[in-house]
Amino acid sequence: MTTMATPTQSAPQAPAEHYNPKSESAGAKRMKSIIFHVVALGLTAVVLYPALWMVASSFKPNSEIGGATTALWSNNFSFDNFVTAMEGIGGVTTLQFFTNSLILALGAVVGTIVSASVSAYAFARIKFPGRNVFFGMMIATLLLPFHVVIIPQYIVFQQLGLVDTYIPLLIGKFLAADAFFVFLMVQFMRNLPSELDEAARIDGAGHVRIFGSIMLPLMKPALISTSIFSFIWSWNDFLAPLLYLNTPEKYPLPLALRLYQDQTQSSDYGAMIAMSVLALLPVLIFFLVFQRYIVEGVSTQGLKG
Amino acid sequence: MTQSPTLSRRSTPSAPTLRKSKQRGADARAGYTFLLPWLLGFIALTVGPMISSLYLSFTNYNLFEPPKWIGLDNYTTLFQDERFLQSVGVTVSYVVFGTPLKLAAALAVAMLLNSKRKGQGFYRSAFYAPSLIGASVSIAIVWKAIFGDAGPVDQGLSFFGINLGGWVGNPSMTMPMFVLLTVWQFGAPMVIFLAGLKQIPADLYEAASMDGAGPVRKFFNITWPMLSPVIFFNLLMETIHAFQIFASAYIISNGEGGPAGSTLFYTLYLYLRGFSDFRMGYASAMAWLLVIVVGIITLIFFRTSKSWVHYSGDAK
Repeated sequence: MTTMATPTQSAPQAPAEHYNPKSESAGAKRMKSIIFHVVALGLTAVVLYPALWMVASSFKPNSEIGGATTALWSNNFSFDNFVTAMEGIGGVTTLQFFTNSLILALGAVVGTIVSASVSAYAFARIKFPGRNVFFGMMIATLLLPFHVVIIPQYIVFQQLGLVDTYIPLLIGKFLAADAFFVFLMVQFMRNLPSELDEAARIDGAGHVRIFGSIMLPLMKPALISTSIFSFIWSWNDFLAPLLYLNTPEKYPLPLALRLYQDQTQSSDYGAMIAMSVLALLPVLIFFLVFQRYIVEGVSTQGLKG
Repeated sequence: MTQSPTLSRRSTPSAPTLRKSKQRGADARAGYTFLLPWLLGFIALTVGPMISSLYLSFTNYNLFEPPKWIGLDNYTTLFQDERFLQSVGVTVSYVVFGTPLKLAAALAVAMLLNSKRKGQGFYRSAFYAPSLIGASVSIAIVWKAIFGDAGPVDQGLSFFGINLGGWVGNPSMTMPMFVLLTVWQFGAPMVIFLAGLKQIPADLYEAASMDGAGPVRKFFNITWPMLSPVIFFNLLMETIHAFQIFASAYIISNGEGGPAGSTLFYTLYLYLRGFSDFRMGYASAMAWLLVIVVGIITLIFFRTSKSWVHYSGDAK
């Protein structure tokens, strides 16, 4: 890589504490640490500002949101915006939108967990002809822009009379259409020792047994990340509900928000921001509770936000 | 369905060869049975729709009358359609400016966080949070407010004597606004970079220090090549991802791509053509062009990656 030059022992980049434990270097280390935290905290402030602005504004009266303040603090904090936001829009309460979002998100979690784990078991643990070809195809769908399928899918569901039902939004989840989760589980299962199923086979266990009593319990970490992400992605999803739903009573929160934006424009900014906060609440709660898990899941499995 | 020990329990046959071939048959059956959900979905929701989308792209179809074959007309019309060309321009500039900036930010912050210090976990989580909510309607609404007339960004800039007015209504400022929105979500690739950085053996850096290499040399001789598979992964995924931006574009532009078409992203135009104008054939042609472009980009990435991506084993 680099030619061996005369090794200069006093190179400042070397881990200093090992071979010159002078008080000066301790001071330099401290200085470095302070600079690190100043930079990192500054960056945190910038990154979190939009979210904090959203939360702070949701408690402010309308006059202060559009007004000449960048400050987050207000002297007139109140819950008025949330009271207005909870009333909903178009004669539908926000609680109803919440329930709809919840049904869709929980449906997505259940469907994805069941279908992806079963399919992943086939890819990871069973040898059958065509497996590698199918696996390649599944990987290819990871890169495929889904816009190429939405129009025919819409036409089919429309002809089946399923538009304005939750079926088009959920059926893909029960058919492992999110190839990403299948892939994630395949990778996870491949790392489990093969002695496990060999031993079980010698004992006469079949695939159903091996899958149910050996694989599933061991796959807990993968199942949890899948659940978290499929919940959040479904909760935030906008395009599919926009395509398929047209009665406000069935809208999930993102569609309700759009409706709110369209109908009130900026006349009641505070309530709109409060509704945005409500719409993000489960995601934020999930994040606060599972943040370690979520962030680690991303780094080991390459998930996207 | 967890415990039922039926499906593939085998009575043990005597001859080992017979047993093997029987086992193989059982495995094949079990394999396809387990694969069934994915297989059904793949055929019904991916392959089938792709074929019919390809067919529709050669037709005129408005959902109410049967599709009418028009050959390549959709494709040739596309290239004379000014709004289409504009949507291509908007999307390409978003990808070209947004993705590298986002990845650069992600890598820089990952390197900052790679040292062992207190609070590392907190910073990682704080920086990752936007990636989780960035594509949501809520954030699009917030973005619109923050960058709107007299919004905090406008106020903040005028404090420094810069008067741009609201970014949302200014056609030349909407793209920077969207680029900032995607850069803001640098956390997801950052976390992946961090995991990659942790894999680089520390003695490489120590040896380089012994040789008197400075931080710049270390970056280009160690960090960059050792991290190249991760850089490649992030670059590919983020690029493909960026082409498909929809919700924020829809909300910020009120579903119209304004002002002056400056936020008419490709997928937004596809949506408008297909689901507002009911020109399903035309929209299908757009979808196929997107597939082709993404396919070509993926191919180029993989081809060129051989010259700069080093997988462990062929390095050194």
